[in-house]
Amino acid sequence: MNYLAPEKILELEGIARLLRVDSLRFIHRRGSGHPGGALSAAEIMSALYFHVMKIDPTRPDWDDRDRFILSKGHASAVLYAALTRRGFFPAAEMENWGEIDCPHQGHPDRLKTPGVDMTSGLLGHGVAVGAGLALSARMKNKDLRTYVLLGDGESQGGIVWEGAAVAAKYRLANLTCILDNNDVQLDGPVHEVMPMESWAEKWKTCGWYVLEINGHNIRQVVEGLQLAAQVHDKPTIIIAHTTKGRGVSFMENKSYWHGNIPNADQMKQALEELGEVTDG
Amino acid sequence: MAEMAMREAYGRALADYGAVNPSIVALDVDTSASTLSNFFASRFPDRFINVGIAEPGMVDVAAGLALGGYIPFINGFASILSLRALEQIRTCVCYARTNVKIAASYAGISDFKDGPTHYSITDLANVRALPGITVIVPADAAEAADWVPIVAEFDGPVYFRISRAGSLPVHRPGSPLQIGKGRVLRDGKDLTLIAMGTMVGRCATAAGQLATLGIDARLVEMHTLKPLDCEMVIQSAAETGAIVTAEEHSIIGGLGGAISEVLGEYQPVPVERVGIRDYFCPTGRDLDKLMDACGLSVQAIIDASQKVLARKK
Repeated sequence: MNYLAPEKILELEGIARLLRVDSLRFIHRRGSGHPGGALSAAEIMSALYFHVMKIDPTRPDWDDRDRFILSKGHASAVLYAALTRRGFFPAAEMENWGEIDCPHQGHPDRLKTPGVDMTSGLLGHGVAVGAGLALSARMKNKDLRTYVLLGDGESQGGIVWEGAAVAAKYRLANLTCILDNNDVQLDGPVHEVMPMESWAEKWKTCGWYVLEINGHNIRQVVEGLQLAAQVHDKPTIIIAHTTKGRGVSFMENKSYWHGNIPNADQMKQALEELGEVTDG
Repeated sequence: MAEMAMREAYGRALADYGAVNPSIVALDVDTSASTLSNFFASRFPDRFINVGIAEPGMVDVAAGLALGGYIPFINGFASILSLRALEQIRTCVCYARTNVKIAASYAGISDFKDGPTHYSITDLANVRALPGITVIVPADAAEAADWVPIVAEFDGPVYFRISRAGSLPVHRPGSPLQIGKGRVLRDGKDLTLIAMGTMVGRCATAAGQLATLGIDARLVEMHTLKPLDCEMVIQSAAETGAIVTAEEHSIIGGLGGAISEVLGEYQPVPVERVGIRDYFCPTGRDLDKLMDACGLSVQAIIDASQKVLARKK
């Protein structure tokens, strides 16, 4: 495993901060979106898109690229932030996000947004689609990995486990899932709405290699992703313990901020807390 | 020639075409001995994926395989695919436009021994409403086999409806098939029978009997429910002035529904729909007798023809 230099950690942390800022700006401008789950995934997206994944923004359809599926498609803002920051399409296109003539949909659409590998939004599909993608890569002897970012709320649905079983049966070691375990969903805490703990035991019993990390610690995120690539006989899930709404004090751990939009004052405070200088 | 079950003709054809196109993979849900995808599985074990009894998961895994460049044929029972896995078909196949071929077996009431849980009498209504899907319903075993290469090479999602059973043969192997183009199997001027699937053969029989009654019925095989050959439907209505539809499916939302929509808008003429009249059919001992009892008999087609002619006057 490559040692992650402190400078790199600072850089990826800085990008995570920008992804949070962008996500909130996109959502605020549109007046719609899901801030809480975008903020909880910022370090994971920073590590994937700016360090770990083999991708080329000039060739979004490059056949040998790593693949990413945002199973928790509600967090589209943070994916759009990563794609624009990485150069897949200009951030200016997000200025009319939500308008009819904007190609970028409320949830990711693989046919409309360069860099989106799979359409998502209705929850639960990522693991099973990812299993199919990973299987196709192995059948074609392609040296690429498939990453799936999964929510804990959506893991209450059975389709997630159908996909998990297929990945385990076919020992898809080229598939890595990251569970954004922020423990908050629309109606309240995940462990109250429908307790599913222990995630680790469930996935382990299902035949997956399980890692648990602090999903806001860049070193742990990167090392977890690198370790997953060294597991050669089964798929890996990284259970990333995260905080919903991370980085904005009034949003943290609040189900209200799953899908509500900050007003102007709240937006100003949020950006300040994220280290942005705002005027007025 | 002994009548082969449509599923067997499909299964053999898929295995044969698998040898031609190495991008074809097949998936099944622990029903390969029923859908007869096992012909493919035994020839190409490395290209066969059995996901267990999990239709939604199969659809999503197939979508992933399609993203990776394969042409997945997913095999299962039409009732479960078109109901339990309908959301996956809509989101991950139609909306995401993945090149998945849905081979929906045991369609209609062809699984007569298992009964209403396994009947698929609303599948065409369910999938027809989805944007971006192509819906093909072969009339007999030979036609099902001839469709396989066409379905495989077509770029886009296809719902391909397969009967568990055999049906009265109407298709001469090798005769041309084109997606979205209906076929006139018999010309006539008094009315047009528009049929699909296993009802095509029954309509051919009915047309012969109508002729002895002095009624000159045209017979159109509408193998593609979507995109519908609207031109042929409108032309048939304009030229014969009356339409009878026939399908092994509910009269709601399938062929009868689709044709009524077109005619209501463009060429209003009397229409009678032969099909299952909005109820759960019982279990049977013999498919032909069950079909007769469920409103799909040759006599039902003749009765509908006489009724539509009376309305035409």
